Amino acid sequence: MSTALLVATDLRKSYGPTAALAGASVTVRAGEILAVMGPSGSGKSTLLHCLAGIVPPDSGTITYAGRELTAMSDVDRSALRRSDFGFIFQFGQLIPELTCLENVALPLRLAGVRRREAERRARAWLAQLEVEDVANKLPGTVSGGQGQRVAVARSLVTGPRVVFADEPTGALDSLNGEKVMVLLTQAARDTGAAVVLVTHEPRVAAYADREVVVRDGVVHDRLAQSLERAA
Amino acid sequence: MSVAHTFLGLLESQPRHGYDLKRTYDEAFSPERPLAYGQVYATLARLLKNGLVVVDGVEPGGGPERKRYAITEAGIADVQAWLAQPERPEPYLQSVLYTKVVLALLTGRSAAEILDVQRTEHLRLMRELTRRKTSGDLTDQLICDHALFHLEADLRWLELTADRLDDLRARLATRTDLRPASPHSATRDDPAARAPRRANS
Repeated sequence: MSTALLVATDLRKSYGPTAALAGASVTVRAGEILAVMGPSGSGKSTLLHCLAGIVPPDSGTITYAGRELTAMSDVDRSALRRSDFGFIFQFGQLIPELTCLENVALPLRLAGVRRREAERRARAWLAQLEVEDVANKLPGTVSGGQGQRVAVARSLVTGPRVVFADEPTGALDSLNGEKVMVLLTQAARDTGAAVVLVTHEPRVAAYADREVVVRDGVVHDRLAQSLERAA
Repeated sequence: MSVAHTFLGLLESQPRHGYDLKRTYDEAFSPERPLAYGQVYATLARLLKNGLVVVDGVEPGGGPERKRYAITEAGIADVQAWLAQPERPEPYLQSVLYTKVVLALLTGRSAAEILDVQRTEHLRLMRELTRRKTSGDLTDQLICDHALFHLEADLRWLELTADRLDDLRARLATRTDLRPASPHSATRDDPAARAPRRANS
C-alpha cells in the first residue's frame, strides 16, 4: 500500500449556524485516485476545498507530505497550491480572454517558466489530452468536452502531486464525460499524481481506485473501517 | 435471455454447427454461464420442429454434433419480431435489498449499514467493469456500459432508500404485522442523532 500523502483529521467547518464538516477525517495516498461521493449538501466540496488549502477549516488538522497545511501562512499555502496541486472544476473555469494554449501555460508562467518553454509544455499536454487543435482558440469558442480537456491539461502541466477535481464531468454528456475521465485517470497514472475526485455520479467514481462517502459532514471510509476492525 | 432467439440471430448471419453455436453464444453473450450441451441440442430440436431452422448439411464424421443448421424464412421473421419487441424492465435485486432493509429496521440493526455495504459492493463491480471497458474494444465497451448503467440505477435506488429510511421506519410502525420491535433501532440511523443540516457545499 502506498504512503499517506494528504491526511485530514477531524475537520470541522461551519458557515454561520450550518455545519458543513462535522469531524471529517480522510487519507489520500500517493498516486491513488480517490472518489469522494455523497449527496448534495453532504460537505464533499467543502472537504475538497479544505484538503486543497483553499478554505481553512475551523478546527482539525491537514498534513501534506509531512507538512501541516493548517499551520501554514496564506502565502505559503498559495505557493504550495501552485507547485504541488492541480485543480479541475465542473465548468472548467478557463480564463476567457486567453487562448486555450495560454490557459494551460498559465500555471507555468506563474511559476516563473519562460513563455516559449511554458507554451511548449502546454502544447504537449494539449496533444496528450487530444485537443491540440484548439490551442489557439478562445475557451468560449470550443465545446464543453474540449474545454474540460483543456482544464485537465492545465491541472497537470506543472506536474502536481495531487489533482483536485470537483465534479469534472458534471456539465458534460455521457460520452464526453467518459473521455475526460479516461484521459484524466490515464494522465494521472502516467505521472503518478494522486487525484481527489468529488462526484455524485457512480459511473465517474468507478474510474477511481476506491471511494469514500461524505454524509452529514462526516467521511465514511469502509476500507479504513475494515482495517481498523482487523487491527 | 432467449437462447432460441439468440441462436436464430446467429444462424441468420451464417449457417453453423451446434458446437459452433454454443461456443459463439458462450463467448459473446454469456461467458459466465456457458450453455449445457443438452440445452443446445434441445433448443435446436425445437427450432427444427417448429420449422425455424433446417439441417443444411452433415459434415463427414457424422453424429448430431456435425449437423449444420440454417435459418428458414419463418425463422428470420421470428428473429425480426423478437428484435422489434421491447424487453420488459426487470426488477433486479431491489426486492432482495428491500427485504433486507425492512428486516434490519424490524430487528434493530442498521439499515444504513446494509445499504453502505451494498454500495461498496456495487462500486467494486463498477470499477471492475470500468477497467474492462477502458482496456477493451467497442464490444466490451457496449456490454460493460449496459451493466454499468444498471448498477448505477441500483445505486441511485440505494441512495434514495438511505434518505427515506426514517419514512420507511415510520411506515412500518403503522403496520401491525411489520412493526419495528426494538426502540434502539431508531437511534442508529436517526438523523436527530446526527449533526444539524449541512450547507450546500
